[in-house]
Amino acid sequence: MVTSIMIVGVGGQGSLLASKLLGRAAMDKGYDVKVSEVHGMSQRGGSVVTYVKFGDKVNSPIIDKGEADYIISFELLEAARYVEFLKPGGQIVTNSQQIDPMPVIAGTAEYPSELISKMEAAGAKVDAIDALTIAEQAGSSKATNIVLMGVFSKYIEEISKEEWIKAVEASVPSKFLELNLKAFEMGLAAE
Amino acid sequence: MKELMLGNKAVARGLYEAGVAVASSYPGTPSTETTEEAAKYDEIYCEWAPNEKVAMETAFGASRAGKRSYCAMKHVGLNVAADPLFTMSYTGVNAGMVILVADDPGMHSSQNEQDSRHYAIAAKMPMLEPADSQEAKDFVIEAYDISEQFDTPVLIKMCTRVAHSQSVVETGERADIPVKPYVKDAGKYVMVPANAKRRHPIVEERTRKLVAFAEESSLNRVEEGSDTSMGIITSSTSYQYVKEVFGDKYPVLKIGLINPLPEKKIRDFAAKVDKLVVVEELDPIIETHCKTLGLEVTGKDIFPLIDEFSQGLIATKLGLPEKPACKPIEGLPGRPPAMCAGCPHRGMFYVLSKNKITVMGDIGCYTLGATPPLCAIDTTECMGASISSLHGFNTALGAEAEKNTVAVIGDSTFMHSGMTGLANIAYNQTNSTVIILDNSITGMTGHQQNPTTGFNLRGDPAGKIDLEALVRAMGINRVRVVDPYNLAEAEAAVKEELAAEEPSVIISRRPCALLKKVKRGEPIQVNPDKCKSCKACMKLGCPAISFKDGHAKVDATQCFGCKVCSELCKFGAFETLNGEAITW
Repeated sequence: MVTSIMIVGVGGQGSLLASKLLGRAAMDKGYDVKVSEVHGMSQRGGSVVTYVKFGDKVNSPIIDKGEADYIISFELLEAARYVEFLKPGGQIVTNSQQIDPMPVIAGTAEYPSELISKMEAAGAKVDAIDALTIAEQAGSSKATNIVLMGVFSKYIEEISKEEWIKAVEASVPSKFLELNLKAFEMGLAAE
Repeated sequence: MKELMLGNKAVARGLYEAGVAVASSYPGTPSTETTEEAAKYDEIYCEWAPNEKVAMETAFGASRAGKRSYCAMKHVGLNVAADPLFTMSYTGVNAGMVILVADDPGMHSSQNEQDSRHYAIAAKMPMLEPADSQEAKDFVIEAYDISEQFDTPVLIKMCTRVAHSQSVVETGERADIPVKPYVKDAGKYVMVPANAKRRHPIVEERTRKLVAFAEESSLNRVEEGSDTSMGIITSSTSYQYVKEVFGDKYPVLKIGLINPLPEKKIRDFAAKVDKLVVVEELDPIIETHCKTLGLEVTGKDIFPLIDEFSQGLIATKLGLPEKPACKPIEGLPGRPPAMCAGCPHRGMFYVLSKNKITVMGDIGCYTLGATPPLCAIDTTECMGASISSLHGFNTALGAEAEKNTVAVIGDSTFMHSGMTGLANIAYNQTNSTVIILDNSITGMTGHQQNPTTGFNLRGDPAGKIDLEALVRAMGINRVRVVDPYNLAEAEAAVKEELAAEEPSVIISRRPCALLKKVKRGEPIQVNPDKCKSCKACMKLGCPAISFKDGHAKVDATQCFGCKVCSELCKFGAFETLNGEAITW
């Protein structure tokens, strides 16, 4: 049994830290873990995808169409872009923040409307939350990624809150620990 | 100890455990982190060389001196280093030497999709191909043993999915490797024709011995399966996809030593199964070998030569149904990468685009100048080609091209292989205009130092090449430095140098906006009462500016405060967050 999670967003939003945290929590729990990232050009404001898989034995480091149990998205349009990677009835946990991609900025496309209902119509369950505002309340917009991981942690019964917190402590620099722990707690508490 | 490690970090761990002493590399995605992670071990001297050829020769020098050495590059970097590669195969090594090459199937961050396994065959050099982080570490250690046992540099071939995937690694201790004294040996190291003629048969004999090694080595292992109606030969990340789809159902011959390939081991495997299938990304290397052995094999007749593979692709090509999935949402706008807010390249590209100048481009972040709305770049091939091809373009067309064509190249790329192109311009005298986009760092690969930055790989002070002095010393008389945030200054420089009747270099200098040492300016805003909706500022393609409700709007969280947009506004609509006019 393998749990497959895609973390998607816009280059520079901090998906690498989120995948590190998740990978760490799963490994400390004794699972086999694989995390696949893409570095380089796509990090310059492009659409970025990270795959995290854990279970008794993980072979492929990537997730194919119809394989993801969860999508964690830092941006609404990016959640919609990868919906076909979800199993039917799979869960999306997304930040409701919208970041205009270059075609929208350049005026050649519109930012799509009603994305949440479109994702639900595609067969996904959607948990959308304004993680940016929560992160700002926690002390910094930079902690948006950790807020979302706090929201997401509720869905993974195998890993306890204490184990998540241990993983946060092991994954962030000590001077940002307090901020990130607060952000995680606020994400966890968010409805 | 068990640790979740990036494949590239596991390579670095392998270097540490193998007792490696010297590493010299040029950054290139997806190989860069192997050297950066190795630098975290005090026991390994690590440096960025100006290019891959220099890196490989440096590593070879260290090996000859008697210490285990390493160099890393991306696939296209191996093209640059191909010259030493082929002859080092003849000379062999003293202490062990490993050359890592990282391919990028699917071109996540590359200009082509070449299969570097061809190089191992052509240079007659052993090549190992790990399939996860544990193997990355283990294979590196084994590669040094092979290197010393068979007297040859050894290639390790990574791909994006092995290099940039994390999996669990069991770490070990560092081996204590004594220095092997250097002994003068002209017959081995001086490759004049007479000596090279004596070395070539040694290379061929070495390959025969390596084939025998490949038959026995656990690098190539058979995993039994319950159903012998099909047997699969595979390697690298394709192995993981095969196991994901079929588990232990079919027998698998997992190849770790991709060159030279075993013969008997493959024949024996083929004899046990009804149908032989080879699963490998890009070119049919294993498949061609099987065919040479006279075996009937399924491979590229069903699997693509193009792009990276996935478990889904392998499953469907071998007749399994597609997995049920959520339905795709059609018509979503794409999100291509873009130059960052505050990127110093943007101003210069705006000037070039506005003046409809033909631009020979190069490799780096600034290649993004080719994307809409600026569309400022006409060509991109390889490191350094901007300058050399500008000279060729101008040579072919003369004054008509010289007045309207430039080359753009980054500081690191100029050091890598732009200098020789400029030497050609200085020597053969076309009236070419070269723009060095000096952002004081190697940007695209994630901020590596280079010979013009004044710092070494570890961030400590180092030698610093003065670009202006260098260019002048090469014989370019017209050299000027401009600030690309100052559009008027940049535009005047471009027009004047294009008009000049001799070669010229413009250094467009401002550090990358993402560098920690670069201070962000205060964000600015648009006064909607003053904005006349002319969209002049939208031509910059700045991710912080969008057009909403009939007016330009600045996203304050993204705005870097470079104020370049305000220079384009004829109506003074940009202002500080306090509503004051923009000043410089």
